[in-house]
Amino acid sequence: MKHALRLRTAAAGATALTLAFALAACSGGSDGSETPNNDGQSNNSDNSSGEEITLRVGTFNEFGYKAAGLYDQYMEENPHIKIEEVLAAEAGEVMATVKSGLAAGSGLPDVQAIEGDWMPEFAQSASLFADLSDSSLDGRWPAYIVEPATVDGTLLGYATDTGPEAICYRQDLFEEAGLPTDRAEVAALLEGDWDRYFEVGKDFVAKSDKAWFDSAGANYQAMVKQVENAYENSDGTPMDLETNNTIKGLYEQIAKASVEDGLSAHFGQWGDDWFSAFQNGAFATMLCPAWMTPIIENSAAGVDGWNIADVFPGGGGNWGGSYLTVPAQGANIEEAKKLAAWLTAPEQTAKVFTEVGNFPSQIEAQQTPEVQDKVNPFFNDAPVGEIFANRAAAITVVPYVGPNFAAIHQTVQDALNRVDIEQSQSVDEAWQQAVADFKSLGL
Amino acid sequence: MTTVGSGSEVSTGHGWFYRTFRSAPARARWGRIDVKASPYLYVAPFFILFAVVGLFPLLYTGYLALHYWDILPTSPQQGDFVGTQNFLTELGQPKFWIALRNTFSIFLLSSVPQIMAATFIAAVLNANLRAKTFWRMSVLLPYVVAPVAVSLIFGKMFADRYGFFNAILEGIGLSPIAWHVEPLASHIAIASMVNFRWTGYNTLILLAAMQAINKDLYEAAIIDGAGRWRQFRSVTLPMIRPTMIFVIITSTIGGLQIFDEAVMFDSSRAGSSGGASGQFLTMTMYLRDLGWSGSVRNGFGRASAVAWMLFLLILVIGAINFLLTRTIASAGPKITREQRRTSRAAAKQAKQKVLRQQQSFRRNQLKGRDKQDASEGGQR
Repeated sequence: MKHALRLRTAAAGATALTLAFALAACSGGSDGSETPNNDGQSNNSDNSSGEEITLRVGTFNEFGYKAAGLYDQYMEENPHIKIEEVLAAEAGEVMATVKSGLAAGSGLPDVQAIEGDWMPEFAQSASLFADLSDSSLDGRWPAYIVEPATVDGTLLGYATDTGPEAICYRQDLFEEAGLPTDRAEVAALLEGDWDRYFEVGKDFVAKSDKAWFDSAGANYQAMVKQVENAYENSDGTPMDLETNNTIKGLYEQIAKASVEDGLSAHFGQWGDDWFSAFQNGAFATMLCPAWMTPIIENSAAGVDGWNIADVFPGGGGNWGGSYLTVPAQGANIEEAKKLAAWLTAPEQTAKVFTEVGNFPSQIEAQQTPEVQDKVNPFFNDAPVGEIFANRAAAITVVPYVGPNFAAIHQTVQDALNRVDIEQSQSVDEAWQQAVADFKSLGL
Repeated sequence: MTTVGSGSEVSTGHGWFYRTFRSAPARARWGRIDVKASPYLYVAPFFILFAVVGLFPLLYTGYLALHYWDILPTSPQQGDFVGTQNFLTELGQPKFWIALRNTFSIFLLSSVPQIMAATFIAAVLNANLRAKTFWRMSVLLPYVVAPVAVSLIFGKMFADRYGFFNAILEGIGLSPIAWHVEPLASHIAIASMVNFRWTGYNTLILLAAMQAINKDLYEAAIIDGAGRWRQFRSVTLPMIRPTMIFVIITSTIGGLQIFDEAVMFDSSRAGSSGGASGQFLTMTMYLRDLGWSGSVRNGFGRASAVAWMLFLLILVIGAINFLLTRTIASAGPKITREQRRTSRAAAKQAKQKVLRQQQSFRRNQLKGRDKQDASEGGQR
């Protein structure tokens, strides 16, 4: 039985094998940069004129470079460069591939895209990436984008897009509950901190049979990202969860709002039920980063009432965003750097935005007419470009995300899921288990 | 042949090529080598491949399991020998035991009903049916569907709130089942995906074994007055035993390595994999999270330890299944030890009796032959 499994085992074995050889090679020699080799290309990294160089760009999902014609444009302007795109089947697989490639010291594209969420982990292996810091690019990105990608003055990646968060809401459900429907009025109504957001939610659920928001976890995620040092000190050492009163306070705030005040629709984001809920109109608001709008549009096709308010509880919030990195193992690091810088320049990312909708992380790009004038008919002609540019500008906190962030965050997310989605534990019980889970992490 | 052999050195006037390859003794020698070595050469590609992608990773995983290891080195401890520490750490992890429980539960819920159903369906298909090929291909149909597609469909059916099964349950006035919350419910959901996909596959293998059974055995059984059930129990089951062992062992391996279905069932991406309390976290998922999530220090070392424990577990369960299959499927009703002893004794006596009879018969024959002498000759 399970030939697929066995095949996978074999594949995993093969991966482990390559890895093993590579590790052996690494421990034997110096670092992996000693064997520059790229598809049989010559080894000179400073291109003397006339020599054609092939640069491979590893992406996933939709970065929009091809769709916006950027590769063609770059190759036209730089005749000695040939660009090949390496598109991964799915984003999840990219992380493992990049890790294996870094450990092996070869095999990665010259320019590799990574998700911002993976940055804390790759930051621990900063020496395997080329330093992209370039004073001429100062001010291209706001601090909350550059800092997570910076390790001891080394810049690991150029940011591509970003996910400033606004509030998406159902104006039809608002109307039924006697709340204002106009997006400026809604923004004014919700202006304030999280308590304000939950207060309005209580008003809403009192007059409606729908829930106020989709999921406790999504809100908690946004709340945590507004804390400078959520789980770790700035030197990377973890704080004890049991005595972390900031986190405990946030946890109790969202858990109680979800369960005791009945504001949550009790969905887990990305679950089958969550997707179905858009058609069933189960909740009236949700936090939406810029990249969430097409997901809502697709899942809620045929529902008219969605709109976007230019407001976010507690100021600004960012969720997601990607970077282009240049692995140090590449043969043409200088050319790869140039290409990565060019692809993430405001003129180019504005084009990408028009083409596929990835919201640019560059301050200048956010102010271009392409972005500012964009309206989204599905969201009742909301000026999405302007709204998300304002939301990006409202972000003031740069949360510290160190090597232990993901593991600790998961224990609290699990607790919230038990309280909110599963409803299998009380707020206190779930917290106690989170503390126990934290202890068994052995950090 | 002009020259005459002078003992050890033979000068034939031919070159070394002739001597080593073409001459008669050389050809005989090569023939012997060919006969002896060729079979190994023919099976070598598999074993070389296995050594590279199977044995080496297995041993290397064992090496890693004894060391502090991360896929991307982050700690100065990287590569330190830690002995059995990784194993002990894992044995002390609550999640490890939860994963072990889930894996076993899903394995039992999938493999046992699956093989029983497969045997039954195979027996039915083995009977004289119209449009045989149609029925036989139909049972294999679910196997053709990609696992991810199966999981997508079942994911919608087993959804907690807007799921198909819960809609039916509520429709007939029962309370809905929280498929992703209750451990047992989630195991049943995952096991049903596995069963959907693999029952038909095992059915065909067992059917092939049943078709290879000699029809004379059934005729003999019918003459002895055996009914359908008795034939199945006393002829079919013992005769398909080797295939049964194969099916059970492979489904043990697959069942304990359950991964795809559980991962796809886990549609929520916030929080831990396998549910917020690890309701359906399996060993392989746990292993993956340790090694690749990046949030676990010494992840590869610990993941390797889990991998080795899973490997040993599969060996043990496989061996138990092998022994069980041998006893369960062996012919005849259960015999007590006492009965066996008496029957063994009786058999021994009978054997000796026959032996004695044979001996006396031979003696008589010889005597008779002496008497008759050469007049008639020995009739064989």
